[in-house]
Amino acid sequence: MALAQVKADLTDVLLARHAVPTKGAGWASEARAEAAARLRVMGAPVRRDEYWRYTDPASLTAADAPEAAVLAVDEEPIFGAVDRLRVVFVDGRMDADLSDDLTGEGLTIEPLSQALATDIHWAREVYGVLEARGQTPVARPLAALNTAVAGAGLAIRVTGKVSRPLALTYLHHDTNSDAVIHHVIKLEPGADLTLLENGPAAARFNKCLEVDIAQDAAFHHVRAQGRDHERRAVTHMFARLSARSVFKSFTLTVNGVLTRNEAVIEFTGDDAHATVAGACAGDGVFQHDDTVFVTHDAVNCESRQVFKKVLRNGAVGVFQGKILVKAGAQKTDGYQISQGLLLDDDSQFLAKPELEIYADDVACSHGSTVGAVDPEALFYLTSRGVPAHEAQNMLVLAFLDEAIQEVEEDVLADALRGRLQEWLARRQSA
Amino acid sequence: MLEIKNLHVKLEEEDKQILKGVDLSVGAGQVHAIMGPNGSGKSTLSYVLSGKDGYEVTQGGAQLEGADILDMEPEERAAAGLFLAFQYPVEIPGVGNMTFLRTALNGQRKARGEAEMNSAEFLKLVRAKAADLQISNDMLKRPVNVGFSGGEKKRNEILQMAVLEPKMCIMDETDSGLDVDAMKLVAQGVNALRDAGRSFLVITHYQRLLDHIAPDIVHIMADGRIVKSGGPDLALEVEKNGYADILAEVA
Ligand SMILES: Nc1ncnc2c1ncn2[C@@H]1O[C@H](COP(=O)(O)OP(=O)(O)O)[C@@H](O)[C@H]1O
Ligand SMILES: [Mg+2]
Repeated sequence: MALAQVKADLTDVLLARHAVPTKGAGWASEARAEAAARLRVMGAPVRRDEYWRYTDPASLTAADAPEAAVLAVDEEPIFGAVDRLRVVFVDGRMDADLSDDLTGEGLTIEPLSQALATDIHWAREVYGVLEARGQTPVARPLAALNTAVAGAGLAIRVTGKVSRPLALTYLHHDTNSDAVIHHVIKLEPGADLTLLENGPAAARFNKCLEVDIAQDAAFHHVRAQGRDHERRAVTHMFARLSARSVFKSFTLTVNGVLTRNEAVIEFTGDDAHATVAGACAGDGVFQHDDTVFVTHDAVNCESRQVFKKVLRNGAVGVFQGKILVKAGAQKTDGYQISQGLLLDDDSQFLAKPELEIYADDVACSHGSTVGAVDPEALFYLTSRGVPAHEAQNMLVLAFLDEAIQEVEEDVLADALRGRLQEWLARRQSA
Repeated sequence: MLEIKNLHVKLEEEDKQILKGVDLSVGAGQVHAIMGPNGSGKSTLSYVLSGKDGYEVTQGGAQLEGADILDMEPEERAAAGLFLAFQYPVEIPGVGNMTFLRTALNGQRKARGEAEMNSAEFLKLVRAKAADLQISNDMLKRPVNVGFSGGEKKRNEILQMAVLEPKMCIMDETDSGLDVDAMKLVAQGVNALRDAGRSFLVITHYQRLLDHIAPDIVHIMADGRIVKSGGPDLALEVEKNGYADILAEVA
């Protein structure tokens, strides 16, 4: 069968999979229909697509979500020590009973369905808009699918400095759940929000987050993608940065058979800063893919991509990161580092770092390394009496810490460190 | 304390014999010095004793207080009381000096069936020893050896030795790269640890360090063997005439 036909047939499968919400304002229905049309033009992703070469999307495009056992954990939630405003989703549906009252300082939060059913609403300027902008030059069909069918999510408008973080928890209770969540966030000039996300969400999870950051506003984002082993997730983050704004996002992933985290960052105003960072630890059947695209289309902006992956027992890590500096985006400072630490010969780290620069006065650097634990360091530690497994864990944590240090808030960074320590400790006793 | 018998060692990866029959016996409470030209196998001896990968023992053996150590893992040797102050201490970014030292101490204690030391006790112990060696709090807080000068690294080795209180201390060119003041600090640190139950094997190029740490016995190593042993005077002879005369005499 011709490739175009394969992609078209798969697109039918994708669109048939989810019921398109019927309720909605005219503009919302249009946005959904346009997204479906975009998806039809792009076609569903297949392994032969340039940006899916390292990660097979088959289980993401299959009609049914592959079953994923639910992990029963009785531990404190990862950001449990943080005073936070909580919203809980269970298998992709918001659970009002488990959530806090959605009134917070400098912040309005509505369920997405409500925002999309309102005729005159700010979400119109964001919903599907940033996603559509992010479709060129690299197609992200599963993000278009998300816009076309998403019924759950939040519309968050931030007008001031929000005193405590907004924490979204995604619980997974049903072994066959196939969740689609779409959040739109608008930060008004000078606003400041920390968004925390935690949890596996579903057996199969498609998430889209659109963040529109006005001038002088700051968006901090820290997420942990749960501990479930069999779950699959494809997430998309689209951020548009105005002048002097800040975007900082960090993702911790342990476990999960398939994770694809896409981040699409666009600088449209001068003097802004964006960091996208992540650390992951995988053991066994684990495919973890970070695909990042940063577009500099303004003067004197700084972007950082910092990704670290620890892999063992056949786990696979992928990094595809691009910095595009458009003509006129002078004084751009673009930095990108991706590193894989392989704990055995069966594991793999695949990296595709890209730079495309059309301005002459820029400083861009990128580096990618893959290697094993440093035997000299290991010997130094063990020769002092540190047990070999502890020495290795210390070196693994040290390696990942260079990414975790991108998280500014110590209490959040320490929560992430704690989760990694526990993850390593569980493997040590096994 | 340490008995090395007819030790032959080659590189694992290549057919290169480095130690060609080392015999050495260090009694409890004694300080032995090993001197010798570059490339004679001094560091290799210290690595093989402490368990570094990459070497193959083809003949002979080594015992610490009667126990064969060459089959032990490095951390088991440490728990048994062996310590190597590295010629080139390793920088380990991301691992805090204090975390490292505490994990090492408690790892050893656990291996010996002793109670672990809590953080308050540990902090007190390290602060006291660090002060003696003029190691600042800032250095203690930094990642292991990262950003340390050559002298600071060597002092950090002695701090680890002082905290871990090993029975058999091997020091590989701890004096190289030290100015006179730093060397005095290091020597004071070592002398403070001298004790009837603790032995030292001091590898050095120079008589200088031995002025401060008086050895009981001095050995000359050349081409993978101990070619001559004697009293402290032997070090003075090397200082004055170099190795050429001694090597010619034993050839
Ligand atoms: N890992 C190694 N690979 C290659 N050669 C080695 C290695 N370790 C030691 N050697 C060689 O063994 C000899 C002894 O080295 P070394 O023990 O460092 O001597 P010393 O400390 O006395 O200067 C030298 O010729 C050195 O090059
Ligand atoms: Mg040497």
